[in-house]
Amino acid sequence: MVTKFELNDDSVVVIIGTGAGGGVLANELAQKGVKVVALEAGGRYLPEDFVNDEWESFGQLAWTDARTTSGSWRVAKDFAGLPAWIVKAVGGTTTHWAGASIRFQEHEWKALSTYGNVDGANLLDWPIDATEMAPWYEKAETKLGVTRTGDRAGLPGNNNFKVFERGAKALGYNEVHTGRMAINSREYDDRMACQQTGFCFQGCKWGAKWSAAYTDIPRGEATGNLEVRERSHVARILHNEAGKVKGVEYFDKDGNLHLQKARIVCVAGNSFESPRLLLNSASSMFPNGLANSSGMVGKNYMRHTTGSVYAIFDKPVRMWRGTTMAGIVQDEARHDPSRGFVGGFELETLSLGLPFMAAFLNPGGWGRGFTTALDHYENMAGMWIVGEDMPQLNNGVTLSDVKDQYGLPVANVNFDDHPNDVAMRNYAYKRGIEMYEAVGATRAFPTPPYPSTHNLGTNRMSEKPEDGVVNKWGQSHDISNLFVSDGSQFTTGAAENPTLTIVALAIRQADFIAREMSANNI
Amino acid sequence: MTKIDRKGLTRRALLGRAIAAGALTVSGAGFIAAPDAAWALEVSVITPEQMATLLQMARDIYPHDQVGDRFYAVAVKGYDAEGAKEMVAAGISELNAAAQAIGHPDYLSIGWEEDRVKVLEAVEATAFFQTVRAGLVTGLYNQKNIWPIFGYQGESYSQGGYIDRGFDDIDWL
Repeated sequence: MVTKFELNDDSVVVIIGTGAGGGVLANELAQKGVKVVALEAGGRYLPEDFVNDEWESFGQLAWTDARTTSGSWRVAKDFAGLPAWIVKAVGGTTTHWAGASIRFQEHEWKALSTYGNVDGANLLDWPIDATEMAPWYEKAETKLGVTRTGDRAGLPGNNNFKVFERGAKALGYNEVHTGRMAINSREYDDRMACQQTGFCFQGCKWGAKWSAAYTDIPRGEATGNLEVRERSHVARILHNEAGKVKGVEYFDKDGNLHLQKARIVCVAGNSFESPRLLLNSASSMFPNGLANSSGMVGKNYMRHTTGSVYAIFDKPVRMWRGTTMAGIVQDEARHDPSRGFVGGFELETLSLGLPFMAAFLNPGGWGRGFTTALDHYENMAGMWIVGEDMPQLNNGVTLSDVKDQYGLPVANVNFDDHPNDVAMRNYAYKRGIEMYEAVGATRAFPTPPYPSTHNLGTNRMSEKPEDGVVNKWGQSHDISNLFVSDGSQFTTGAAENPTLTIVALAIRQADFIAREMSANNI
Repeated sequence: MTKIDRKGLTRRALLGRAIAAGALTVSGAGFIAAPDAAWALEVSVITPEQMATLLQMARDIYPHDQVGDRFYAVAVKGYDAEGAKEMVAAGISELNAAAQAIGHPDYLSIGWEEDRVKVLEAVEATAFFQTVRAGLVTGLYNQKNIWPIFGYQGESYSQGGYIDRGFDDIDWL
């Protein structure tokens, strides 16, 4: 029997969102004996529910509630209502993520100091560093069972990786392997080994990939300290006259509004919904939204400099078989301004099924230039670029004129590439194409960025309250019992897939919150 | 524009299994069919000529010579509906006007794909073209029956994934 807490129980920690940040935080707190109510907008889907079908799975898992877009990024034209491809479900985007789990490089914690001022960018150093984070990364890697960390072996390479590896070596790259992946190469932590099924983005039907949905969430519930209320959409965070948060209003699955009292509120709805909620919670005391004395709520949105390279060969590759993203080149992740940009990027294997390839290879494209590419789908190999993009003040989330099904203003996501992003992307396209040409590719395609999967920075962490929204613990500078627990607290984006860092920060934050609660500081 | 030939057809809409070859037959009786009668598509709201135009448009937007007409027919048959009737009529009028502007009687009578593509480029910015194109992205490529033509294998969990079925079987590197 899962524990239920009373709506007027003001001793609970309320966590909004149950993904890599909120889901992990909920379990970590519950394990420490802290009572938690987790409110999740989506429903609960487990491996038996997942489907090996791209569009059907998208319909099952993706966040498709209204959002609007603006700015010069191509996503605003091709996918105007879908700025991000992320999940609305218990476990959040940890059902959909690829599993790539790599630590930030040391210098990436200090982007401003390392790169210096970059025109048009709003760079800042994180108030934490690699030494501070090392033990938390280790706990995160152990939790997720990351391959090539601890004594965990790497995954075997699939066909797509073999082409990728051959090309990388031909170009002289050295740091090439099947990645540090939160996908079991051997049975680990009651989850089985990867069966090379593909469809990593549609939810792993074997549970070989770590997801909070079937690890942290049920384990937290088993303690009796965690109640997850699914299909509960938070409308507003409420505060008292002293300026402390005191609870949240949310709509249940039937559209009824409830008030859940709270001792502490942790926001973990991702980089769109978290700032949207803080802005929608504006009051006479906080007219610009909660935790927003700096004006930084919703600003500095980052989505990684991305893009893909697909290439056609004269013989079959069958890239869709096996683990989708078990392949990485890390040689370009370094900071080396001689390439014409600051920061670095990773190259990672990627494949899409035929239906998504048709949608994403060249959105809006048609005619034989497009269809002859798909004709050779079987002979195609693919990779994804993921690099550090520049935080910019005008990139971010504001409240739209459009309202959602609850009558709440939705997030408008504005984005323009920074010249550094463009220079990095073009350089990465060129290197990716060269890799495949070195293996004999007959045709290559620099494919534009998809709707964002890495959404970062809209409630950023800063040493000084005037520079950001939260301190080094993810605690808001303005309101001591209000925390941000997702990727929106990222000060800068680094070149690495963000989930491992979100998890490490959540484990560390749970430790801090439990300690501060015991000391009666919050 | 094309002969009327009801031979072997029934009033029921049927989408057969054989690959259609050659030009379509527009029947006066409310449906269009492949010349070999391998499949037929009945229309009840829009005209057979309009459906034939949509079908040709679909082929010209996403031409795959190894993919039979019946798959394209599935992708556009939803336009035979009251809600789409006006848009289809107006859109096809525009399309035919664009064809006439460069000296053709109408879109369907243009023999070469590259000439029809010129007409499509002239209407590319219209809502009609973009609706048809965007609808095809899922309407055509998300038909499971089409995937084997491209070598894509689809669902794999029920077969145990590819761990014993060639995830690393590349032999030409």
